[in-house]
Amino acid sequence: MASIDTPAPPSHSNRPSAHSDSGDRNLLARLWYDKKTRGVLLQILTVALLLAFVSYITSNAIANLELLGKTFSFDFLSEPAHYDINQTLIEYSSKATHLRAGIVGMLNTLLIAVCGIILATILGFLLGVLRLSPNWLVSNMVYCYIEFVRNTPVLLQILLVHGLVVHVLPKPRDALEWANISDAVFFTNRGVFSPMPLPQDGFGWVTATFVLAVVGSIIFARWAKKRQDETGQHLPVFLISLGAVFGLPLLAYLLAGSPLGWDIPELKGFNFRGGFVIRPEFLALWIALSLYTAAFIAEIVRAGILAIDKGQWEASLAVGMSRSRTLNLVIIPQAMRVIVPPLTSQYLNLTKNSSLAIAIGYMDVVATVGGITLMQTGKEMETMIIVIGFYLSVSLFISSIMNWYNNRIKLVER
Amino acid sequence: MSDASTTESYAPGTHPDLPPPLLESGAIYWVRKNLLSSWTNIGLTIAGVYALWLIVPPFYDWAFADAVFTAADRSECQSLGDGACWAFIQERFTIFIYGFYPEAERWRTIVTFALLFVAIGPLLFDNFPHRGKAMLFSLSYPFIAAWLLLGGFGLTPVGTDEFGGMLLNLIVGITGITFSLPIGIVLALGRASQLPAVRIICISFIEFIRGVPLITLLFLASTMLSYFLPPGTSFDLLMRVLIMVTLFASGYLAEVVRGGLQAIPRGQYEAADSMGLKYWQSMRLIVLPQALKISIPGIVNTFIGLFKDTTLVIIIGLFDMLGMGRSSLADAKWAGLSSEVYISIAVFFFLFCFAMSRYSLYLERKLETGHRI
Repeated sequence: MASIDTPAPPSHSNRPSAHSDSGDRNLLARLWYDKKTRGVLLQILTVALLLAFVSYITSNAIANLELLGKTFSFDFLSEPAHYDINQTLIEYSSKATHLRAGIVGMLNTLLIAVCGIILATILGFLLGVLRLSPNWLVSNMVYCYIEFVRNTPVLLQILLVHGLVVHVLPKPRDALEWANISDAVFFTNRGVFSPMPLPQDGFGWVTATFVLAVVGSIIFARWAKKRQDETGQHLPVFLISLGAVFGLPLLAYLLAGSPLGWDIPELKGFNFRGGFVIRPEFLALWIALSLYTAAFIAEIVRAGILAIDKGQWEASLAVGMSRSRTLNLVIIPQAMRVIVPPLTSQYLNLTKNSSLAIAIGYMDVVATVGGITLMQTGKEMETMIIVIGFYLSVSLFISSIMNWYNNRIKLVER
Repeated sequence: MSDASTTESYAPGTHPDLPPPLLESGAIYWVRKNLLSSWTNIGLTIAGVYALWLIVPPFYDWAFADAVFTAADRSECQSLGDGACWAFIQERFTIFIYGFYPEAERWRTIVTFALLFVAIGPLLFDNFPHRGKAMLFSLSYPFIAAWLLLGGFGLTPVGTDEFGGMLLNLIVGITGITFSLPIGIVLALGRASQLPAVRIICISFIEFIRGVPLITLLFLASTMLSYFLPPGTSFDLLMRVLIMVTLFASGYLAEVVRGGLQAIPRGQYEAADSMGLKYWQSMRLIVLPQALKISIPGIVNTFIGLFKDTTLVIIIGLFDMLGMGRSSLADAKWAGLSSEVYISIAVFFFLFCFAMSRYSLYLERKLETGHRI
């Protein structure tokens, strides 16, 4: 008897162990009143319930599949897809397999996620800083924008922007008259058409110079930091790197004799041909998602900067740093610690919200695998598993990158 | 005059207040300080005024000055003015609100909404008269609302496929909000639990919910859920959507509440233990009141997000307010009026969500006890 009771020290037990020998309780009650054994019992109970639930729904699923004469297999992935996708990053035709259609959809999702994250971050930081500006007018304009965007559904905004793109931008034929930039970039309701650069012989030199300049800048920045740590002298690293990364390739480009041709879009029949095309669905989704997420990021940035104590500014100015170096070296590194965790969840939200693409006909993974492939093959379970697995892995990937970054910048405590 | 004021002598403390310095208060000072304090500031002001000038007058002309409020169809709208055609919204207004709910039974939805305000009153404001008894009504409200909307027991039954418009948004949103809070709290407690099995199950559930878009969960509800039920059974699509939306919101709420739980100092848990309180007692009396208080902004934000996400039901073929708007765009008589439709729906959502966020600010201020935890 005692062997059951004794292990739990008083602080972990809900009842003083001295009363255990009174013998007026049976063994079960005694087991239940011991915190450790109760914990084990509760866990066994939970797991048993979960297993029972899982086996129940699995048996139901098997019975249902048998009833409908379906089998659970991923064989359909190698069958031809028989449908077209309007925007493809890799080669694709309707004769390709469902697997390839799925990959095209996944790449489209990733494309909108990456483009959206970049634009939303830039806009969000800009809006956040403007919201904090001492200028009453600008600060309140940004406030109105943020409140309106944050309080309306993102799906509505996507539909609204898509409606504007389709209805307000002119037909390709009319874009020649207005809505173009120097007859090279055309804004039409069939998309934005811009010249596509065509690298010719010798362009490899330009690319090589660019890569060299980037690598060189990184090495230079490291060296400059080391030098500053040792001597206290500060070099304008940012300006020099900027000059190197853009100037050197430009120099190489001119030296190699401008080895770049342009494929300029031309009006043929009812639409433009050639050039680089941004489709209206992508454009609408990209703008809407970026504007929506930027409003949230702006609030995060504002909160992050406000979270930094005023004393940090004052102390930094007191030791003789300039305002810009204070911002770069003191304020932003500390604000980033506050900003990064919520920023991560905004990135994840943007990626997940990109699934709303299906409402305006952008062919992302939900529209291809979870939409047309599902309808054609009737493989609800398999396609949903693919879609959910894809989103889960993207989510895990983004949060692991941001966790790594957060660990790198977090406060080192004792 | 000036020498009169300087030569006059006053006993200490009796000198009348002098007017404030000219450039330290008043409208001119305000403008100088807030709009023109530096060159960047002047530049921003000019840019701001220019942006307003670009946006506001054309929008005003479009939405009010040149707008048409009564017309029979699009072409009549266009002949009357080249602004917005609000006549369309006016014609479709009832369908945006009630969806396909039978016209003879619409009083029931109005009663449901009216009772909703009675029911949330005691929950929102603690100086509500007879709060204790009113709370009982609030608790029974979901059942009353279900009876009123669905019918039966003396009322004409109305199928859930006839629900639509704003009615559907409110049903999905309020059901999700009501049921996700308790589930979310339980999940958060489970995640903070000392029992590994419970913790792992809660973590996997929360991370799964948070890792996938709501759309895929809704697809799951509409296509796959019936596979997991005993063969031959099927249940209502709206019911499945409600379950999914509730689970989705509870995953997010769990994380918000977890943040609150983590912010409570360990001493509070230990003090509760040393008072001899059992787990649920200490949670109910000590930990949760404090944790929930600091998670209020996050909880309200989740609710706002949930209410906005109720529009996603159009993807699986339910017709909420946005769905009604979108499908009415297909009407050939009124082609090409997407901006009018979307902007009026946006205004509706804005009013609801903005009210919620203001209420959260009020609550934060009211519960502020002066010391931070």
